[in-house]
Amino acid sequence: MIPELGHFALALACAFAFAQAIVGLWGAHRRDMRLMAATPGLAVGQLLALAGASLALVLASAWDDFSVVNVAENSAVAKPLLYKITGTWGNHEGSILLWGLILGICGGLVSVFGRTLPSALRARVLGVLGGTSAGFLLFCLTTSNPFWRSWPAPADGRGMNPLLQDPGLAFHPPVLYMGYVGFAVPFAFAVAALLEGRIDAAWGRWVRPWALVSWCFLTCGIAMGSWWAYYELGWGGYWFWDPVENASLMPWLTGTALVHSAIVVEKRESLKIWTVLLAIGTFSLSLSGTFLVRSGILNSVHAFANDPARGIFILGLLGLVIGGSLLLFALRAPLLRSGGVFAPVSREGGLVLNNIFLCSICAVVIVGTMYPPFADLLLGQKISVGAPFFNATVLPLAIPVFLAMAVGPLLPWKRGRLMPLVTHAWWAALAAVAVGGVCAGNMAVLPALAFGAATWLILGSFSEVIERTLLFRAPVANSVRRARGLPVAVLGAAIAHAGMGVTIAGIAGMSLSSNKIVEAKPGDQFKLGGYEFTLLSLSSEPGPNFASRVASIEVTQGGTPVAIMRPSKRNFASQNQTTSDVAIRTNFLRDLYVVLGDERDGQAVLRLHVNPLAPWIWLGALVMAAGGALSLADRRLRVGAPSRLRAGAVPA
Amino acid sequence: MKAFLVALCLALLSAPAWAISDPREMLPDPAQEARAEQVGSQLRCLVCQNESIEDSGAQLAHDLRAVVRQRVAAGQTDSQILAWMVARYGSFVRLSPPLTLTTLLLWATPVLALLVGSGAALVGRRSFAPAPAPLNAAEQARLDELSRPA
Repeated sequence: MIPELGHFALALACAFAFAQAIVGLWGAHRRDMRLMAATPGLAVGQLLALAGASLALVLASAWDDFSVVNVAENSAVAKPLLYKITGTWGNHEGSILLWGLILGICGGLVSVFGRTLPSALRARVLGVLGGTSAGFLLFCLTTSNPFWRSWPAPADGRGMNPLLQDPGLAFHPPVLYMGYVGFAVPFAFAVAALLEGRIDAAWGRWVRPWALVSWCFLTCGIAMGSWWAYYELGWGGYWFWDPVENASLMPWLTGTALVHSAIVVEKRESLKIWTVLLAIGTFSLSLSGTFLVRSGILNSVHAFANDPARGIFILGLLGLVIGGSLLLFALRAPLLRSGGVFAPVSREGGLVLNNIFLCSICAVVIVGTMYPPFADLLLGQKISVGAPFFNATVLPLAIPVFLAMAVGPLLPWKRGRLMPLVTHAWWAALAAVAVGGVCAGNMAVLPALAFGAATWLILGSFSEVIERTLLFRAPVANSVRRARGLPVAVLGAAIAHAGMGVTIAGIAGMSLSSNKIVEAKPGDQFKLGGYEFTLLSLSSEPGPNFASRVASIEVTQGGTPVAIMRPSKRNFASQNQTTSDVAIRTNFLRDLYVVLGDERDGQAVLRLHVNPLAPWIWLGALVMAAGGALSLADRRLRVGAPSRLRAGAVPA
Repeated sequence: MKAFLVALCLALLSAPAWAISDPREMLPDPAQEARAEQVGSQLRCLVCQNESIEDSGAQLAHDLRAVVRQRVAAGQTDSQILAWMVARYGSFVRLSPPLTLTTLLLWATPVLALLVGSGAALVGRRSFAPAPAPLNAAEQARLDELSRPA
């Protein structure tokens, strides 16, 4: 019964989405107030129906209804309840439903918070969101329906890929999808602006917070994925330039560019056409990212669905959304007139430079990811493009960004001079050179340079804040008063930029990691990176739906105990699959990382790693997201948005 | 063949996938081992998706790792080892494709992207920001009059 209700709710949501698209776009075109006023209600209806469908799937999974094919294939009685719930989005069908739900939430939020928008703009935005949603829900219903039944129902399900049974991964898809799907809102605003042929500062003020929220989620989502790869896969790496990882990096790069260029639209009414293109591009990359991976064109370790019928539907949908919006852009973009003029050396000029570099990095990632299938298809050449290529091409493009982003905010709008950068940030540059110099004496050139760059970025990012509060130059009370008056966005930007520095420091530290692979029997001791690792014992322990072998390892530093680490190997009987459970002990300055391997003749293979500064990689991403979130709290974003007067207050 | 490779990858995925699982694989000399790892990370495991032979748990990767280490121990240079691998398995085996006519576009992407981006920025600047026309004589005279101290 419940799966049927869910199925019905899904179909209902699809109908709502179609209605929302038609009513919104047609109503705005005809300037029909009644149609335009009906659109938000349809969006909320779609959201409620999708929430019902999602709830039905969660219930079917939690109550072990194995007559539902999706549940039977991805769940099992013995699976812990948490993973029965989170597992609903850990498979292809469920993740498409989650995608639709989040898109529905975006529509609902625009309906609720968009009361102050001009009604035609709101109707168009909701119409575009509805149209996109309709495509996905149709895809979900026809090719990836999570509610299909099979009879007779199997006694138990096939269970979930044990690699995915992990709390980190359970919440990775929703966070990542909030990022991906959130960019649908700036996209809808961009398409609506093209339809209207008008963009003003108020438009920028609406788009920026949406882009910023999505960017924060995407940043966290990518960091969670990378962290999961680090602790779950047990390879000791954190970024593999895998097509799936690249797919999430592409919209992040253009999304970062969008967040910055939207500032220019809002403040200076300039770069409008470019911002619209970025909004379209970012969502297009989000779509391609999630769905090209699933069409089977780019195979990878992560891809869990490879079905040609789905592939063709996806390609058609991508062609319609991306091709349609780009066509509209080509036709209508000349209507958008830009205002503010600026000199090359100015805040705007700096942001244009930032956009050029970020988009170039994105182009490299796209071309690198897509080249092998196209070279195979068009030239009949089999080539591989992997980590060495991306490291060699992305790094030279990223370094100028790292150097410039610390001091870019010091440039004034319209026209500026480079001299103030020197007078305001010399101390950060001096510190960076000092740190880089000290490091160069102790390590290879590249990590030393990276530590220098990280210092520059972390300190330099706060130079604007220090400059504006006259810290260390004015009396403390004066500085505090100035700090209170400082726009929160300035502080948010400084924190986000410094977060990038923290991540770079983490990556540099990780490149200095030392590791060792040993065969050990209880009692053996090994030295690595200033620590002694002693294998105490090997034992067997039962788990909820697996059996595990656990190694106990004592770690000491010069005889002083540091930690007891217990890496394990889990054997999941229902899938006949083994995973390794890495033991990690961190003090935020270094990670101790131990993996248990095969056992033979009473000896176990152990991989020991000491990874300096490893947690900073993900900590930096969190700091970046926190900076973005803080920037959202800026008074100007709330107060600056237009608010509608009550009808009675307007003189006739 | 392709179906076989896919099946093989799926089978391999169900095994714990980490690279070296046997310390006896490694070369006794740490400097040589480091060089072998450096070379190995440039080489693709041919039956996996986007994994280097140092990262892969596949049997083929294991064999290729052994070949790399033998050749490092025999004193071959990095480029000799890479050349041997390419001669045997084609350019597909290199994770960083060699620069040829077909990969020209790939390697030129960073420069091309920067050029296109800067070009677009310049064209855009010119089209939406016409330089303000210089003042004519009458306007200049009026400006001088206004800015003269009273």
